Amino acid sequence: MFDIDAKGVRFGELNASIREAVARGEKEIRVKHVNGQYYIGDGLRGGAVITIEGVPGNDLAAFMDGPTLVIKDNAQDNIANTMNSGRIIIHGHAGDVLGYGMRGGRLHIRGDVGYRVGIHMKGVKKQSPTIIVGGTAGDFFGEYMAGGTLILLGLDEKDAKPPEGAQPLEGGHPLVGDYLATGMHGGVIYIRGEVDKKQCGAEVGVMELDAEDIKALKDALIPYCADFGLKLEDVMKKGFKKLIPVSSRPYGNLYAY
Amino acid sequence: MFKSLAPPEYLATIDQVKCIRCKRCIQNCGWSVYSWGGDKVVIDTQKCVKCLRCYHYCPEEAIEINDNPVKFKNNAYWGFNHIRNLKRQSETGGIPLTGMGSDQPYTILFDHLLIDACQVTNPSIDPLREPMELRTYLGKKPSSVEFEKGGGKPKLKTKMPPQIKLSMPVIFSPMSFGSISLNAQKVLAIAAKECGILMNTGEGGLHEDLLPYKDSIIVQVASGRFGVNPDYLNAGVAVEIKIGQGAKPGIGGHLPGEKIPLEVARARMIPVGTDALSPAPQHDIYSIEDLRQLIYAIKEATNYKPVSVKIAAVHNVAAIASGVVRAGADIIYLDGFRGGTGAAPAIIRDHLGIPIEHAIAAVDDRLRQEGIRNEASIIAAGGIRSSADAAKAIALGADSVAIATAALITMGCTVCGKCYTGNCSWGITTQRPELTARLDPEIYAERLINLVHAWEHELKEILGALGINAIESLRGNRERLRGIGLDAETLDILGVKPAGR
Repeated sequence: MFDIDAKGVRFGELNASIREAVARGEKEIRVKHVNGQYYIGDGLRGGAVITIEGVPGNDLAAFMDGPTLVIKDNAQDNIANTMNSGRIIIHGHAGDVLGYGMRGGRLHIRGDVGYRVGIHMKGVKKQSPTIIVGGTAGDFFGEYMAGGTLILLGLDEKDAKPPEGAQPLEGGHPLVGDYLATGMHGGVIYIRGEVDKKQCGAEVGVMELDAEDIKALKDALIPYCADFGLKLEDVMKKGFKKLIPVSSRPYGNLYAY
Repeated sequence: MFKSLAPPEYLATIDQVKCIRCKRCIQNCGWSVYSWGGDKVVIDTQKCVKCLRCYHYCPEEAIEINDNPVKFKNNAYWGFNHIRNLKRQSETGGIPLTGMGSDQPYTILFDHLLIDACQVTNPSIDPLREPMELRTYLGKKPSSVEFEKGGGKPKLKTKMPPQIKLSMPVIFSPMSFGSISLNAQKVLAIAAKECGILMNTGEGGLHEDLLPYKDSIIVQVASGRFGVNPDYLNAGVAVEIKIGQGAKPGIGGHLPGEKIPLEVARARMIPVGTDALSPAPQHDIYSIEDLRQLIYAIKEATNYKPVSVKIAAVHNVAAIASGVVRAGADIIYLDGFRGGTGAAPAIIRDHLGIPIEHAIAAVDDRLRQEGIRNEASIIAAGGIRSSADAAKAIALGADSVAIATAALITMGCTVCGKCYTGNCSWGITTQRPELTARLDPEIYAERLINLVHAWEHELKEILGALGINAIESLRGNRERLRGIGLDAETLDILGVKPAGR
């Protein structure tokens, strides 16, 4: 385990020392006293496991290609921006616009997330990204999604209070905001619980899971449960809904040729 | 269903006496205007876009394409396109699309600017005898430089920010694989490498066939994030963040599904035949501060390669440009409202934005006033038709210009403006293999190289006539421009005197 102390260090210097450690061949790195530094793991390659103690700043793991980042605390906005491969495990909550244009790898968040998470995700057979959110999500979840897998679990509903006028979970807090999957034209979203069609963009259909879905879902959830010490049976106890695009060209009729 | 009430724009006719029934027109037309009727070629003129492929490939010159004389009654207010678009909209409920830059008769400021020349009192320079310097460096310039003195030559002590070297101040504008064919991109790449200038991938990824040309390539990141990964970001000489495009400022891009076959889909990581959607905003950029965040995310991921930010020329462009420069951009790419596009709603293309001439002058003025003009290079684009336009843009304050339509014209483009259909008979703005195969990259690169060299000679002639031997001396040198037929306020904005003064 190689330790880096981030106390009072600006992002440029901090990232340079992380890159240097990775280039030197350090396999396990611990970054201590992180306090809002941007761009940690930005464009980073290789297979290092980097544990971050403290709250990392915006654009964590942007364009990242390979490493594993473990964040013991909350994290902020723009995580996994256009990330190519690797793993991010966030034990707390995270902010807005996570996984924008994400192309591969896994983003596991134990807590809640903000707006526009998983927008513009892409995927092909060979390479496909997965985001799993343990808590709740804000508006525009999966907007313009073109590929990959988005999973929303709503595990902590009992603790949450219902905001006024919002569609409530059993416990009260909305599982997911409005404009769900608006403009979606590829990929798949699994949501644990019920989804009101009124919350969704016109471009998606809400469906039941078939055997193949259950298998894909379990395959995705096994490493997630391992990361956070959860039991797969507990997570699977409640039913899921599947969202997929009803048209590959949601805006095909917008234009006159 | 009745026949469309939107009349054909063009009438394609074949002289049946001259026609030798060789069917080349049938093979060549990407729009299926022609078909074989058993004993003669049958014409569906409604589909004709006047790209003139058939005309050029007819061995007997039997084909004629004319503007449809059966237009609506002549009306100076309700033009043909107004009425035709209303008919099309009433039939489809859709937004009429267009391609290429706006063809509307707004004032063309370049045509109201004239360049100075030397006579008697200061000598002009013969570019055929004297060296002429067109070399241009794009990137941040330090506000002061220090030298290390000692024995021998003084050495530069100041650490220079990264610079991109151009042999001349003309580069190719971004056009993605998807909007244009891979062969068209190859033409641009070969010519850029040969001429010591740059091409730009646009937002569609970098095809592996272009890797040999990577030192002549700028890669682009836009709201769809198509094809963006660490290899891509590090492949070229710079990374460009596309915020806007002159032809469609403030709106996103929809590459129609017709232009997304397997290879394009793979490069963009989206399903085959779906529209490639680049939404209007980048949802991680709502402010100058957010833009700074992405600029530095890219710099961190590329070990501090220069970052260009492309914005459309809009009303408040000077203040926006100032913010972009302060956000850390090394290059600011301004795209005027005449700028081309592969697909844009006509209503947007023809009515939003401002001319590039105004934008260059306003941005150059503002950056100078704020003392940050050295912090970023300005690339001006959006309707550069000739080396004269380029020289005028540079005299107004641009470091370099970018051309796209002019480059496509060397590949056979006739500016028919139907790029969005994916049927380009010249193999440029299409992904249909039988059409793209027509564009041999090696052959057409020669033509584009010829064009660049011709402009190089012309720019040297202009400099010679001005009595200066480096493009640097023309840059922002508005004293060497005069306006003709422009009102006092326009002259003031452009910072040029009227002709005769």
